[in-house]
Amino acid sequence: MKALTVHRGTVAPLDRANVDTDQIIPKQFLKRVERTGFGQFLFYDWRFDENGAERPDFVLNQPQYRKASILVAGPNFGCGSSREHAPWALQDWGFQVVIAPSFADIFYNNCLKIGLLPIILPEATVNRILADAKGVSGLELAVNVKTRSVTFNDGTEASFPLDPYAQESLVGGLDEIGRSLRLEAEIVRFEGQEVTRINTRG
Amino acid sequence: MAPRTLYQKIWDEHCVTQIDDQRQLLYIDLHLIHEVTSPQAFDGLRLNHRTVRRPDRSFAVVDHNVPTGDRKTPIKDPVARRQIELLEENCHAFGIPLFNLHHPEQGIVHIVGPEQGLTQPGMTVVCGDSHTSTHGAFGTLAFGIGTSEVEHVLATQCLVQASSKTMEVRFTGPRPIGITPKDMIMALIGQIGIAGATGYVIEYTGDAVRDLTMDERMTLCNMSIEAGARAGMVSPDMTTVNYLRGRRFAPTGPDFDLTATRWLAYATDPGAVFDQTVVVDLATLSPMVTWGTNPGMVTSIAMKVPDPASAADPAQREAWQLALDYMGLTPGTPITDISIDRVFIGSCTNGRLEDLIRAARIVKGRKIAPTVRAMVVPGSGIVKREAELLGLDQVFLDAGFEWREPGCSMCLGMNEDILEPGERSASTSNRNFEGRQGRGGRTHLVSPEMAAAAALFGHFVDSRPLLHSDQEVTR
Repeated sequence: MKALTVHRGTVAPLDRANVDTDQIIPKQFLKRVERTGFGQFLFYDWRFDENGAERPDFVLNQPQYRKASILVAGPNFGCGSSREHAPWALQDWGFQVVIAPSFADIFYNNCLKIGLLPIILPEATVNRILADAKGVSGLELAVNVKTRSVTFNDGTEASFPLDPYAQESLVGGLDEIGRSLRLEAEIVRFEGQEVTRINTRG
Repeated sequence: MAPRTLYQKIWDEHCVTQIDDQRQLLYIDLHLIHEVTSPQAFDGLRLNHRTVRRPDRSFAVVDHNVPTGDRKTPIKDPVARRQIELLEENCHAFGIPLFNLHHPEQGIVHIVGPEQGLTQPGMTVVCGDSHTSTHGAFGTLAFGIGTSEVEHVLATQCLVQASSKTMEVRFTGPRPIGITPKDMIMALIGQIGIAGATGYVIEYTGDAVRDLTMDERMTLCNMSIEAGARAGMVSPDMTTVNYLRGRRFAPTGPDFDLTATRWLAYATDPGAVFDQTVVVDLATLSPMVTWGTNPGMVTSIAMKVPDPASAADPAQREAWQLALDYMGLTPGTPITDISIDRVFIGSCTNGRLEDLIRAARIVKGRKIAPTVRAMVVPGSGIVKREAELLGLDQVFLDAGFEWREPGCSMCLGMNEDILEPGERSASTSNRNFEGRQGRGGRTHLVSPEMAAAAALFGHFVDSRPLLHSDQEVTR
């Protein structure tokens, strides 16, 4: 996984609640067998009209947000399908951080597995970020994974929850499978004493 | 020992080791695999010189992008074909059993697992698909995972997991005639919202749940994810045990009874405490229909399309307005006045034999409206075969339905079964998100009975007066 310790970037405001993974990456693009190259399809039906032309009013088509690396959105971001293609598409597009008042469970986990940081902040703080990002001068934020904090330009800070295990993986860019494989002896011990439940090859 | 819930029993029993006070390494008993979310996981294994730890705890099936029409000719879409071939190659290379496109019992992963007897009470089951919650109907802890976690399970047969809070969803009162588990779960989602159970594992309780068949319990648990829940489950009982008896992967002989005793012990203990309890009253339920662009935007057949002016707050007002714009609906329109172009009966939510029987009880001896294209996509080869033995294929064909091959089909439209822009469907699937069934398509989620009734009339109607008895349907 890609390590993420500190990040500073421009914020793109996507002021919608319940943004589902079908919007983040529509199903017609799930047939690729690689992990890469999904950014071009991010929010496809919102970015492009039926004829494939850009919709100028969609946030990511506006010049000031095209290079944004922090996405801020409404509550329950990433609901729906378990497709990891959604965080892949966000990361491949150039986002490193997604901020929302709440996330869907599977999406939140999927982000952490690839080093895309999902930040949960109180609704009032998210509303302030949305408003500032929509303003004429836009908004830059600084994010620190070690201190679990977001810093505004005026120096005010907001802290976000992140469990220590995920934090360690993120900061170290650790391979979580490798971390679990170090517990091989424990897995072998467990398998030795469990009731055998199923043999799919039997 | 203090009384425990079903969830707590499975959680405790599958702890390989504690990681910290929140997390444990959770052992996975059964890993189900399909073609769309696995190729990158197998790639990752190879890249890191790792292998599949327990191919004997893994099982694969093609379902998401398979064609449901003629299967004698090669798949036209080269990208879909590649994904299907790659799953075959990966399963072959790592020794994982697979039902490929031409296996007679191929079907949707969440239908195949239970009907093969792979899903058993007390197990942990994962799959790279959010509707893995379906398997919770058996008293298993079953949830969807992303591709990185698919790779993690392939390599370690474990997952690092934080424990969830528990929510009891208690259905009270007897289930009125013609009210299905689809209506029950949609009513719940309407009541608590699509994030109402985020962070929770749901257990469904109440006499009405006890009375459900396994096919029905699977519908209920299937849509737990649409309420945001990590998983949904039902405590195992004799209905569960009787379903599993004689299934291919279930224990046989005296082993079965011994195992069944162990299964029943997973049921939630009397007096066990849930973190939250939600009560849904069944007595007043009518058939449910979604009107918006998520499963929480739902009402009953007797109601009207809501007016954003009556929304609870500005955020909800805006969400409703966006949904109505997308759906092309006017506030105040009676649900029964909404015309439909397409009908889809199938999916891991409602593609099992009992679903098809119940839809056939509406359709038998009648014709679909000339303006409607309607399809039935059985959930698996077994469902299809059993339905054909009952003559259901002919009931549907006579009425003007298409009778197709098993797969996920129009639930997510990864194959050619999609809505055209602006087309409106009555669908027995689980998600009505924008573009879910095809770009610009408008999806209304309903039960199989309601979908069948809409096909006949070309608009939504209350299916209850149309029900034939079982005897009238099957030969």
